[in-house]
Amino acid sequence: MSTTFDPSTAPAKDMAAARALGQRRRLVDRLVRYACVFATVIGLLFLASILFTLVVRGFSALDLTTLTHEFEPTTYGDDTLPRGGLLHAILGSLIQTGIGTAIGTPIGLLVGTYLAEYARGSKLGEAVRFVSDVLLSAPSILIGLFIYQLVVLPMGGFSGLAGALALAIIVIPVVVRTTEDMLSLIPNTLREAVVALGAPKWKMVILVCWRAALSGIVTGILLAFARITGETAPLLLTSFGNNVVSNNLFRSMASLPVAIYQQANSGFPDLIDIAWAGALLVTLGVLSVNIIARVLLRKRK
Amino acid sequence: MQQPVTSPSRSSGAFGDKLFEWLCRGAGLLVLAILGAIILTLLVGALPAFREFGIPFLWSTSWNPVEGRENYGAAVPVLGTIITAVLAMIIAVPAAFGVAFYLTELAPEWIRGPVGTAIELLAAIPSIIFGMWGLFVLVPIVQNYIQLPFGEILGSIPLIGFIFESNNFAGTSVFAASLVLAIMILPFIAATMRDVFMTVPPVYKESAYGLGATRWEVMRGVVIPYTRISVVGGIMLGLGRALGETMAVTFVIGNANRLATSLFDPSTTIASVVAMEFPESLMGSLKQSSLLALGFLLFVISFIVLASSRWLLRSRLK
Repeated sequence: MSTTFDPSTAPAKDMAAARALGQRRRLVDRLVRYACVFATVIGLLFLASILFTLVVRGFSALDLTTLTHEFEPTTYGDDTLPRGGLLHAILGSLIQTGIGTAIGTPIGLLVGTYLAEYARGSKLGEAVRFVSDVLLSAPSILIGLFIYQLVVLPMGGFSGLAGALALAIIVIPVVVRTTEDMLSLIPNTLREAVVALGAPKWKMVILVCWRAALSGIVTGILLAFARITGETAPLLLTSFGNNVVSNNLFRSMASLPVAIYQQANSGFPDLIDIAWAGALLVTLGVLSVNIIARVLLRKRK
Repeated sequence: MQQPVTSPSRSSGAFGDKLFEWLCRGAGLLVLAILGAIILTLLVGALPAFREFGIPFLWSTSWNPVEGRENYGAAVPVLGTIITAVLAMIIAVPAAFGVAFYLTELAPEWIRGPVGTAIELLAAIPSIIFGMWGLFVLVPIVQNYIQLPFGEILGSIPLIGFIFESNNFAGTSVFAASLVLAIMILPFIAATMRDVFMTVPPVYKESAYGLGATRWEVMRGVVIPYTRISVVGGIMLGLGRALGETMAVTFVIGNANRLATSLFDPSTTIASVVAMEFPESLMGSLKQSSLLALGFLLFVISFIVLASSRWLLRSRLK
């Protein structure tokens, strides 16, 4: 046998070393895998724990009174007193998030269009994209401070309008990001076809590009709406909160997150229960809007 | 009497084009103006405090709102902000890496979608919910199962024992705040890492697998070196969020304006001291100005972190 393999020069020791190495590599691989599964399970457990707590404590406090009454002081120790609810906060939240989305969306849409259709590769476009990304992750309480200085201070007091403006600033970068992403997915041949028909560029953008990207743009608006529904810190500094139903934009206005914050820290068990009901409402709203947005986006794909 | 060459309809189209382009550009300039105005208004509001206390404002630990003896310093909230954010990163980054690794390489195909969506939904939950859950669920757990059993044992370690020793009985503490922050930013970092890991060309990984590498070796030898810079960018993005988080921290940190020597002591952060004290401070008072100065510092810190994150992520996730 003329093989180059000589058993006497290939000691069994090396085979053993190779096997040990293989076992060690497999062991490390398995340990890392267990650690990763563990991390994922822990992450899901936190989500489950939050949802479980919300459902258990929120549903037990959620009833018609909570949805149809304004704030009342604690009834702790005296069941004859009228129980309060969150109607003022629900209405205040709807008004402020509605106006915030209505102001922020067109601006965000235009900025996103500018970045995707007009500013490809330009210096100004780079700057706008960078600033919009910074605003996207900037601490929201700073936006509250900004609106306080800009609106609350000159107007002499907290107001629902200031709250809506603060929320609008948070909406803009979210809409910018999704609008630009969705518009840049549209093939250039589509644009060329429109321009070749003699249409001006603005008609191309509005009638063709926006329509082609519609579901993506709507997703962005929904995500922005979901995001500001849960914002607390900027509202604390701008619309401050209120204990009665109010639709006066120039006075302080209640909102669900702020009402949750104030009642959860009140120390009275009955008010804390109402806070849990509010927390459940906010989370259900935010998560369902998120899921709708996701479904819309998936349909597109 | 020469008529213009362009037909009326064409010129209106050109006018519409100009108008629309300037509308878009104007909106873009407005975004730039908003950021500029944020910096400017914070700085203007902070000027009285900077003028009153000077540079020592940065390292003074006093916080005295008593009239006539007012004295404010930034050291406690600034340190609290940095300590809680860094601790949260230490907890969240390895876990987020584990989740991202699991979702891109290890999990069976049918698990990836639902688990990925669940992690993203965790990211969508508003911070005030994390705060409330933290206060009513996590804080008692931390106190009864971590602080009380381990605090004393670890506290007897020489030299560093004081980090774990505390006679705080409220349960709200720096450690609880870091833990809630970690849970909040975990999904953000995990989602960014997952997206970054997906950008690795499959052929690179397949060549390594072909050579007999295990999944961990592929991750360590191929995926991480290929995506290193972007991974750091994703981590910085999480850090930026942790630094500015307000409500979740306000609920569980105890809001005590003193330096925490122990993990289980209460303290405060910039965002939570602003949320707690700004709404009830008098308009135009020195206290309000000091809080605006803190806000300005927070802006500077998070701007640096976010800008470097974006710079590191620039090549990917376009």
